[in-house]
Amino acid sequence: MKTYDIVIVGGGPAGLAAAASAKKAGIDSILILERDKELGGILNQCIHNGFGLHTFKEELTGPEYAGRFIDVVKELGIEYLLNTMVMDISGDKIVTAMNRTDGMFQVQAKAVILAMGCRERSRGALNIPGYRPAGIFSAGTAQRLVNMEGYMPGREVVILGSGDIGLIMARRMTLEGAKVKVVAELMPYSGGLKRNIVQCLNDYGIPLKLSHTVVDIRGKERLEGITLAQVDEKGKPIPGTEEDYTCDTLLLSVGLIPENELSRGMGVEMDSVTSGPVVNESLETSIPGVFACGNVLHVHDLVDYVSEEAGRAGVNAAKFVKGELSEGGKDIPLIATSGARYTVPRHINVDKMDDLLTVRFRVGAVFKDSYISVYYNDERIMHRKKQVMAPGEMEEIILQKEKLAAYPDLQSITVKIESE
Amino acid sequence: MEKKELICIGCPMGCPITVTLDNGAIVEVTGNTCPRGKSYAEKEVTNPTRIVTSTVRVEGGERPLVSVKTKEDVPKDKIFACMEEINAAVAKAPIKIGDVILENVAGTGIPVVATKADAAC
Repeated sequence: MKTYDIVIVGGGPAGLAAAASAKKAGIDSILILERDKELGGILNQCIHNGFGLHTFKEELTGPEYAGRFIDVVKELGIEYLLNTMVMDISGDKIVTAMNRTDGMFQVQAKAVILAMGCRERSRGALNIPGYRPAGIFSAGTAQRLVNMEGYMPGREVVILGSGDIGLIMARRMTLEGAKVKVVAELMPYSGGLKRNIVQCLNDYGIPLKLSHTVVDIRGKERLEGITLAQVDEKGKPIPGTEEDYTCDTLLLSVGLIPENELSRGMGVEMDSVTSGPVVNESLETSIPGVFACGNVLHVHDLVDYVSEEAGRAGVNAAKFVKGELSEGGKDIPLIATSGARYTVPRHINVDKMDDLLTVRFRVGAVFKDSYISVYYNDERIMHRKKQVMAPGEMEEIILQKEKLAAYPDLQSITVKIESE
Repeated sequence: MEKKELICIGCPMGCPITVTLDNGAIVEVTGNTCPRGKSYAEKEVTNPTRIVTSTVRVEGGERPLVSVKTKEDVPKDKIFACMEEINAAVAKAPIKIGDVILENVAGTGIPVVATKADAAC
């Protein structure tokens, strides 16, 4: 069996950034396994601009952003296999994969970086009543069809869910000549970025109906129409508010779920809120030497943060291989509560952390003029005002090693949202 | 006096901005929390522009389409004129990122460039 220092599962933005940073940290034996026919992952179908403002200080399209990292990976001579599906990773890091050239094969990794990304929630997860005709797509599937395969899914479109992919596809379908009649969102706020609401809906006069959902789907062979209804604060449709729309296409943009079958298979501890692995300050999962980054860890809002996070995972995997990721020290749990839904990482070892550690989280509702507060034990040590926080956007706090190390008897760090 | 309400797109904060205009001249910008918000609002009410991204059919390439963008912002009211020309265009592989596909799209003086590479096959 071939042995690699680091095997990276996934050649999207997370896998590429992790590979480049691990290589720069001195690891030569790296293998990226990618199931698609090219590197770049989901960025290949995200042809819109707006990527890389933080990383490159310019607005790139998805393929351009991916292209920069692909170029780096190629320049660094990092080995990768395309059209290769990872079937299983064992607890002792034997990776089983298959492709048409090599058939089924196994490689032994000293460290593994999980970078499989996420996938879309489907109609089945929503329990929408009605028929099951053709013409119902996840927004990302439609995006791939339009932007990569050259097919238009339909001409009269309703979009359920105001996640970013749904908003982007509202604009894209409009530009390609389709009529997007409405975007319906179950929640009283959009899950998408502000700029996407402005530039994808407002620019084209596409109405966004908050607190609305699809309650009926009509058409036996092909979709013929849907019914929208307003929902109450519990998300239940309000009788009498139904409105019929004729349409041949319904796009679903109703959330992303980290794709963790492999992680679960190898017995990594999972976080029920993020649906990603529980990780420590080094982005290391409950299995030593197995790291996670990008959307497989928690769904990100901006790819810039994926690249940054994956870069850290790569460096830490390199340290692990070289035996520099020190053991020992005490793990301190991070607790997310009162509006903060989760934190990544979920526990930190002060001895092992860098001087500064970025902790990312999301809020569970829209908060205005509220504070992000951080408590060491019961003492509030950070209190930062934010004008607006929304579930669609990630928040962050930065912890300082010096301050943590100086704090006596630190048992827990709590992150919460406070009104004052 | 005329008031225009905007949502700033400069960052995830999405500040609600109000621009007060007097005969088309900007009198006041309020609601922004940083200078970027002010310049965004000023531009948005006087000369709104957008980058247009789309795809162009490819001949002789590995893929049926190549993704493209206008190299710079085009006036917002020219978006659909740009799309018409982009949809009529055909690119010949091999294509590199940055290759000019249309030199002057919809009379804007701005080129449309490839945002993805495609080797000839």
